Amino acid sequence: MAVPNTDAARALPPPLTLSVPPTERRKGRTMLLRQAWITGAASVVGPTEGRGPLSEGFDEVADDHLLGRGSWEKAESELMRRALARLCDRMGLRQGDFDLLLAGDLLNQTVATAFTARDVDVPFCGLYNACATFTEAVGLAAALCDGGYCRRVAVATSSHHDAAERQYRFPTELGNQRPPSSQWTATGAAALAVEAAAGTRAWARIAAFTPGRVVDYGIRDPFNMGAAMAPAAADTLAAHLFDLGFGPQDYGAVYTGDLALVGVPVCEDLLRVHGHALHLHDCGVELYDRGHQDVHAGGSGAACCALVCAARILPELRAGTWRRACLCGTGALHSPTTYQQGESIPAVAHAITLQAPGAG
Amino acid sequence: MRADPTQQAAYGRLLKKHTPAVPVVRNALMAFIVGGSICAVGQIFMNLFMRHGLSPERAGTLTAVTVVFIGAVLTALGLYDEIVRVAGMGGSLPISGFSNAVVSPAMEFRREGWVLGVGARIFGIAGPVITFGLLTSMLVGAVYVLFRLPLPK
Repeated sequence: MAVPNTDAARALPPPLTLSVPPTERRKGRTMLLRQAWITGAASVVGPTEGRGPLSEGFDEVADDHLLGRGSWEKAESELMRRALARLCDRMGLRQGDFDLLLAGDLLNQTVATAFTARDVDVPFCGLYNACATFTEAVGLAAALCDGGYCRRVAVATSSHHDAAERQYRFPTELGNQRPPSSQWTATGAAALAVEAAAGTRAWARIAAFTPGRVVDYGIRDPFNMGAAMAPAAADTLAAHLFDLGFGPQDYGAVYTGDLALVGVPVCEDLLRVHGHALHLHDCGVELYDRGHQDVHAGGSGAACCALVCAARILPELRAGTWRRACLCGTGALHSPTTYQQGESIPAVAHAITLQAPGAG
Repeated sequence: MRADPTQQAAYGRLLKKHTPAVPVVRNALMAFIVGGSICAVGQIFMNLFMRHGLSPERAGTLTAVTVVFIGAVLTALGLYDEIVRVAGMGGSLPISGFSNAVVSPAMEFRREGWVLGVGARIFGIAGPVITFGLLTSMLVGAVYVLFRLPLPK
């Protein structure tokens, strides 16, 4: 299908032009980064994710959903705590070797993160952009490092299937039948180290960051979040590729966060209007084995794209099999209260381009 | 950025092309089989109770209590939500589904304590059924009084 879908062309928002003059650090909506490196990653997942296709790439697979804690919320905090501890172990660092912790999760008041940060003795900035929190945090960490304001930043996100179910939907043991477009919140946490100097352990360089604008296409169905987020992903990705002057041929893979089976083809159709015949990979699709795991349209959650980044994207870049990868995290910014009050679902997407250490 | 109505309409058409259809026939079939099986189990208990000398009315009440109990046990074992995932309304509509709707929030919110957790939220799911059930009974009662209809025995 080389011809752009006419409905996609009609649906597309006009490009956003900012009045920032281009400099060597910025072009259009995109921040061009020079000294921001990912130097380590660690991931911890729940049993379901541990049975998925990426199981080999995770540092730890928990054997029960509660991780031996008393509640889903405590279990989620424990996931992030373990991810950060494993990051330190792997890198031979102490927590105090980080200048800042940038982290977030899906729970109200981002408590999973805040309660983890209580036991991590470094300055903490909590972030929330739903499932786009991870790329938001990586982008901001990269900008802080490149700008010389931080030397080493820890980035972490977490989500827990059952904690999200009870907050956004129903009690975990309540029976309900979901439509095929619904998504499965991932249980897990991943932590990355972002540094201003590569040293000897560079996994990848963060080359560019395009923060997204909030986009709302009037989607009201919380069981079809891929539909709500696809226009935001298309908007950010189009701006990211335009500003960088890149196309599909410049990337080993272009990943979206958790558009899943509905959102991916919609986003591809929208991007085709921009002239990009992209084959999108999606973290929500790749985290699970849809043939054997009943996750409907695919995974979601603040941990989803963080886990796929740690277990799939970074190893490829580190090994040099991909020269470059793009990751566009996608977040639905609603709450149970807003959709019960009839509000539509606003969405946001933030894109980062990662380069293999040897790729300049 | 908010999409204007034209953009939203175009997007709706694009979306329709890519949204998978709900498997209505399979869902209906599973609802029929599972819902029917639950009712058959209920009937077996009812016959059993009547064979032991209970009046049909008593046996009916005891059957409802039994099916509620089975629903509660299956919920506690983490099995009832798996049944409903496949059977949909076939699992939700029988009285065992009502039991699931009361027991599951009780389990979920136990962690917030007996009063503000279990006590306050146990009817969070089943509450509407109770509220509108009461409202409907009141309306039906009012019709009986206003039109002086004979009360059923």
